[in-house]
Amino acid sequence: MGGNGKKVIVVGGGLAGLSAALKIAESGAQVELFSMVPVRRSHSVCAQGGINAATDPHGQGDSTWEHFDDTIYGGDFLANQTPVKGMCEAAPAIIDLLDRMGVTFNRTSEGRLDVRAFGGAKFKRTAFAGATTGQQLMYALDEQVRRFEAQGLVTKYEFWEFLVPVIDDDRRCRGIVAMSLDGMDVRAFPADAVIMATGGPGLVYGTNTTNSFINTGSAAGACFRHGVDYANGEFIQVHPTAIQGEDKRRLISESVRGEGGRVWVPKDGKPWYFLEEWYPAYGNLVPRDIATRAIFKVVYELDMGIEGRNVVYLDVSHLDPAYLTSKLGGVLEIYEKFVGDDPRKIPMQIFPAVHYSMGGLWVDFGQMTNVAGLFAAGECDYQYHGANRLGANSLLSCIHAGFLAGPEAVKYLSGLQNPTDAVTLLQQAEKRERDANNEWLKKDGTENPYALWREMGNLMTENVTVIRENPKLKLTDEKLLEIKERYENRVGVPDKALWKNQPLVFTRQLENMIALARVVTLGALARNESRGAHYKPEFPDRDDANFLKTTRAAHSPHGPVLTYEEVDIQFIPPRERKYDVEK
Amino acid sequence: MANEKSIILKIQRQPGPDKASFWETFEIPYRKNMNVISALMEIQANPVNAQNKRTTPVAWECSCLEEVCGACSMRINGRTQQACSALIDELEHPIVLQPMAKFPVVRDLHVDRSRMFEDLKRVRAWIDIDGTHAAGPGPLISPHRQALMYILSRCMTCGCCLDACPQVNSRSPFIGPSAISQARLFNMHPTGAMHKDLRLRALMGPGGVTDCGNAQNCIHACPKNIPLTDSIADICRQTTRLALFGSLRK
Repeated sequence: MGGNGKKVIVVGGGLAGLSAALKIAESGAQVELFSMVPVRRSHSVCAQGGINAATDPHGQGDSTWEHFDDTIYGGDFLANQTPVKGMCEAAPAIIDLLDRMGVTFNRTSEGRLDVRAFGGAKFKRTAFAGATTGQQLMYALDEQVRRFEAQGLVTKYEFWEFLVPVIDDDRRCRGIVAMSLDGMDVRAFPADAVIMATGGPGLVYGTNTTNSFINTGSAAGACFRHGVDYANGEFIQVHPTAIQGEDKRRLISESVRGEGGRVWVPKDGKPWYFLEEWYPAYGNLVPRDIATRAIFKVVYELDMGIEGRNVVYLDVSHLDPAYLTSKLGGVLEIYEKFVGDDPRKIPMQIFPAVHYSMGGLWVDFGQMTNVAGLFAAGECDYQYHGANRLGANSLLSCIHAGFLAGPEAVKYLSGLQNPTDAVTLLQQAEKRERDANNEWLKKDGTENPYALWREMGNLMTENVTVIRENPKLKLTDEKLLEIKERYENRVGVPDKALWKNQPLVFTRQLENMIALARVVTLGALARNESRGAHYKPEFPDRDDANFLKTTRAAHSPHGPVLTYEEVDIQFIPPRERKYDVEK
Repeated sequence: MANEKSIILKIQRQPGPDKASFWETFEIPYRKNMNVISALMEIQANPVNAQNKRTTPVAWECSCLEEVCGACSMRINGRTQQACSALIDELEHPIVLQPMAKFPVVRDLHVDRSRMFEDLKRVRAWIDIDGTHAAGPGPLISPHRQALMYILSRCMTCGCCLDACPQVNSRSPFIGPSAISQARLFNMHPTGAMHKDLRLRALMGPGGVTDCGNAQNCIHACPKNIPLTDSIADICRQTTRLALFGSLRK
């Protein structure tokens, strides 16, 4: 083994995982990087619009404080302010570094980085690479990690599925158990520091999400079921503008509105730009939760969806086609490819879809969970977005959290006093998981795991997205328990092979998805207020007296147990969040 | 088609790398706006073939489902493409699905493309930064140059170009179009250019750029319209220049 003798396991090879791996390898420690797909195909590639950093290239008076304030305000004051402040202050240096790595950011005529407008921000601060910014950032980090892989400091385990964390009696992480997705062999891997960077749980909502097919949330769910707390699970962002599809919802980036796109429906034979009318200060660039609820109101309450269908227009046909191609080519191409119309000529038809989880594994300000040595970074942590995430803050939070978690994990290893041998513990965990696989393979029930998953996804989409009502949430949890019962007693794994058995893997993931679905639903049920993405008509206002608190869910045999903890609000006192006037 | 409300899929299946392949036909209900992925998902949820016999779900690779991750490449009616952007309404029926032929089959439509990631190491497809510490912004790059670099950088390692290339096969060491185009991308970057000779030398030996047979299939196969033949020509010029004048530049 090369390097300084230290080893960290990173699970997940998206932006957060790669960022962590890069910092760890650079410090001279070994990285074992686990990913269920070749890391270059991770979900981070889907991010389109850009990455926020207050570099103020146009001299408009933007600052990291403004970015910080927009993020806290946009998140409806639920995010802890210290880590968010740190992220916004780190952002300009992160952009510089990405620039040095060769990210193909769009340029000004002077050759510097260009920026564009995004929702919930009054300044242009979003750096971008065409309309596939996430892909371009992913590739830059993937390339840097490959450089360390070529030097022997990073070992990749691609097509490996994380099954469980291995935790000792002192609540310390001692490694993981993972399964090869080719040969289905189950193995324990020792490590005293493990970083989870496993992304969001969009597939808990079936196919009604913009997430990739790999975003089951299973790894985070497995951690939760093994004693890692999950925070603010009820905060699920529904993106206002996506196109419908049988297999998934496809995002149409917020940058379309940032570049001048307008949302409307026909009214008395003319376009009615309802966002511009209702929110004159921000217009089409209101944050995502506001835009989503406005679209729901137009479609469901006012019954004004286009031709009576659940869609509204997102229109760029008034803009110069050449400008559109240069700034938004990749986004418009998605619409053209998957719908067949040219958005330069015909307004796009869009509707909201589940997009991002603000909630995730609970972590401290050094990205460590409540299990010592087990860290989390990226969409699978809960740290940076409060009750609602601003556009173009996700790429930033992934990289920042990874850059933080990597060195913190190395620091943790340095501080360990005489680590004891965990061989027996790891062997037991490995055997348990191998036996579990064999049990699963014997399951011959009538419930198909994919069909059961779709049923759960539709249940969650109908009741636990934009508008939340307590009676329905209660009923949803009852139905989730029923799905859980059917899963445990009647599921059948439709493939018995010990080679590339995808149904076996999916069946195991479903168990963790059901667990997370309950965390989301029960968190929503308990929170009797409206804040950010969480909206209850019965409790339409934010209730700081009772709910300016982080929800913290802990696993128990009887289901999630919720407790609440204070939010760090030491820098910006909470104020009312409204977008019809300047903040 | 059996009737107007169903789709027939003929799928070439193979249980494992050393197993024989066979054909299995599926009939699934038609809905509007389906793509090949949603048809395969239908089989997952109800793994019954056209003879009404229970079978296993078809194995295939996918991730983003919006043609940006490169995972779901396969041969659809003989043409290598992404399954996510292959719309059922635009395909001839019955629909024939096969794994890509230039990579070892793992199972069914799932192939092993790990060689492509190894090839990225061979051409040093990265910028040799000094470290991740704060060192100010990168070099200035004109919007014109950025525009071309961005197009090259959209390569998603999907393998369509390799699958379409007659020079790429199990008996040939040819690295193929995508890695050559990546070498061009990194040689265009001001910092990357400082190490361009290393990339070029990696492409000068056996399996390098001169193995291109100029069939030009790659440019038609690329789902992202990357000018792969331009990249090959450009790298050819760069390697020729290095071979002729390299020793003088020391």
